[in-house]
Amino acid sequence: MRAALDVLSAVLLLTGAAFCVLTAVGVLRFPDPVCRLHAAAKAQTLGVLLILGGTACQVSAHHIVSLALVAVFQLATVPVVGQVVGRTAYRTGAVHRESLVADELEARLAEDERGG
Amino acid sequence: MDAVFVLTVDLLAASALLTVVRIVRGPTVLDRIVALDVLVTLIVTAVAVGIARHDTGSSVPLLLVLTLLGFIGSITAAHLVEEREDMR
Repeated sequence: MRAALDVLSAVLLLTGAAFCVLTAVGVLRFPDPVCRLHAAAKAQTLGVLLILGGTACQVSAHHIVSLALVAVFQLATVPVVGQVVGRTAYRTGAVHRESLVADELEARLAEDERGG
Repeated sequence: MDAVFVLTVDLLAASALLTVVRIVRGPTVLDRIVALDVLVTLIVTAVAVGIARHDTGSSVPLLLVLTLLGFIGSITAAHLVEEREDMR
């Protein structure tokens, strides 16, 4: 049983670390702050969840609840950061608006300005 | 099993290095905010690997604090960038 847990946590830890490396490469290579947000939000969250899973296999049972809480916090906070940073990037002009395929925010912003 | 922990921490160190390169190079402040958020999350994963390696429950609360602190920091920095022109 112990060996099975070791193998499982080894696989989870290494896959999670691989996704963390992919996140860093994505944050480094993508052209636009909003594109980098993709890498930072998605791959990073998966990396953290996998590594927390690998940790949970190694650690005694009563710590698993707090590790699950960390995973829930991670899942709850990353989308909010993505939304706020994305909106700020759009409003401060960090996003090249002509490169956007669909742009629903422009109409809303114009409407907000008109609405006073 | 030790080799797994060492390799995992090495990969995390490599990704932290790449993230620091983005922090240094990032043209806009928002790139730095995104990269710093990734860096804080990498620290959380490194602490988690430390917990797995030494089987100690003492630093699990540190994970919780780091996760929330990184979140609040990113939100506040993004709000600051939006409010103040000179912070762009």
